[in-house]
Amino acid sequence: METDTARILIVDDEQVVRDSLGEWFRDEGYEADTADSAKVALEKLAAAKWDIFLLDIRMPGIDGLELQRKLKEAHPEAVVIIMTAYASVESAVEAMKQGAYDYIIKPFNPEDLEHTIRKAVERKQLVAENKQLRTKIDELNLLHEIVGTSRATRRLLEQVAMVSASDTTVLIRGESGTGKELIARAIHANSARRYMPIVVVNCGALSEGVLESELFGHEKGAFTGAQYRRKGKFEMADGGTLFLDEVGDIGLKTQVDLLRVLEEKKIYRVGGNVEIPVNFRLIAATNKNLETMNAEGKFREDLYYRINVFSITIPPLRERREDISLLADHFLRKFARSMSRPVAKLSAEVEEILCRYEWPGNVRELQNAIERAVLVCQTTKIEPQDLPLNINHANEGPPGRSLAEIERQHIRRTLEETGWNIYRAARLLEIDRVTLYNRIKKYGFKREAVVDRRTESKAS
Amino acid sequence: MSRPSKIVIVSIGEVDAELLDYLLLVLAASFAVPGLILAETLDPESCYDSTRRQYHATQLLDRLRKFDRGDGARILGVTEVDLFIPIFTFVFGEAQVGGPLALMSTHRLHQQFYGLPDDRKLWLTRAEKEATHELGHAFGLAHCLKLDCVMRFANSVEEVDLKPCKFCQLCGTRLSLGSGSTLAA
Repeated sequence: METDTARILIVDDEQVVRDSLGEWFRDEGYEADTADSAKVALEKLAAAKWDIFLLDIRMPGIDGLELQRKLKEAHPEAVVIIMTAYASVESAVEAMKQGAYDYIIKPFNPEDLEHTIRKAVERKQLVAENKQLRTKIDELNLLHEIVGTSRATRRLLEQVAMVSASDTTVLIRGESGTGKELIARAIHANSARRYMPIVVVNCGALSEGVLESELFGHEKGAFTGAQYRRKGKFEMADGGTLFLDEVGDIGLKTQVDLLRVLEEKKIYRVGGNVEIPVNFRLIAATNKNLETMNAEGKFREDLYYRINVFSITIPPLRERREDISLLADHFLRKFARSMSRPVAKLSAEVEEILCRYEWPGNVRELQNAIERAVLVCQTTKIEPQDLPLNINHANEGPPGRSLAEIERQHIRRTLEETGWNIYRAARLLEIDRVTLYNRIKKYGFKREAVVDRRTESKAS
Repeated sequence: MSRPSKIVIVSIGEVDAELLDYLLLVLAASFAVPGLILAETLDPESCYDSTRRQYHATQLLDRLRKFDRGDGARILGVTEVDLFIPIFTFVFGEAQVGGPLALMSTHRLHQQFYGLPDDRKLWLTRAEKEATHELGHAFGLAHCLKLDCVMRFANSVEEVDLKPCKFCQLCGTRLSLGSGSTLAA
């Protein structure tokens, strides 16, 4: 509904009903109009956008049931409320079967009528909101986030499109930082399950016991500390997609449990004895070589075959160097916008450095480098000094010999880059400000301008 | 329609005398016009619907017309019988917007009606709100959507309890200007 005021059309051959109801609705703050027959009602359909139709079931000519059918044909989302007398409640039931939202019995209890209408208005608003959100989800297909023109990227996009249309289990392989989760999200966002949730579990981050409870959920009192019943990720992903990241890190016991769930599509919560059906699509990801793990007895062969139905391998960034500039530009625009900084482009020298670098941390490392550069950049163009030192001086070797010497020079450079902005420097160094302050004291760094001023004041 | 000159209270059937005295007192003060209770009463029996076992509000309102002298008086019929109009299971009252006739029932304002112990003070307060509401119509006011206005529409006794027995600022101004119906449009 575009406005807060719901528009109601009352269709009844009895004048007293039309007049009383029309007045009642207007008094309640709704916009109401009336029609004395189905024919007039159909004519009024074109005149305005109605939110709710109140139809008398017994009318000469086209009756309420038939009018409802015609309305639903023209406006499948129309909310129809049937008005009926006690004698014809059966036809109201018939109307409900044909999609009427509710029925009210004449004479109306004013309170019931108000309640029914309010519920209908809320439903209409929810349907409209839901439709809007679905459109938004459709627009958010994430494919634009997969940036690149290299052959490898184009192949990746093709594979995502191909596998999205099906409900197949997918195994995504790739080095750390290549964007496995993004690919999983893109597959979900383009699949028929997109209106349902995608639930992400990082298996590598959790110990075996915690992972089991995370995946399966638990009943109250299942173990010490289980004070409440909790749904697991399998249940939370119901109707949607479950993304198991670092699937190679799952312990052997949980591998058996996972295999059983994939085969039976049923689970028991930890400490529970009720079978719960689950319906999710599995996308798994790993940066490990599952075949080797399999040979070493660290990953079950049956589970391997169960999850390796459709495999997507994301090549490391160094193998698709032609994408680096595009990716860098994509991240530059993204961070400039989110940090509200006027940084517009990369200098030619920076582009060259980025394309030459090996990128062991892949796209994630590139993204972090650009984020940092946008943060420290003092002009509208990113220059080599804005890049992290390891990238800018990749081929130059370390600045000092001892660890302390490297630290000293690294901190000094960062302070110079940020113009002694302690907040920014601490953030870039990923240490807190007190630690940074202690290092500044330890290495005896002094900000020249400050020293000068002090000297001047002493002199005067 | 002539400018409201006074409030005339007519009892329909047997009506609690204290209720009538109370309404006379509060309504005259609220609408700032003189008021009186007619000695003559109206027998509601001709408006009784034996199928519904209730009294037809619109017909009763019409019967009140005989008390109208065309002198600007607003006639408020007060009854303890249960009122209805054909499409609703009950109504608390009915009135002509801009006057001269208004009607209210105390039947569903009793706590006992809802199986609760009698509360006379609450009953009088509810009656005062409904009488003010219906007379408000006769004085030219339409329904008001504001929560803090007696002219707010009430579908249940809970809603009657929720609204105050006073006019919101806008309805109060309309009332004092004596042109409620024009402004309400």
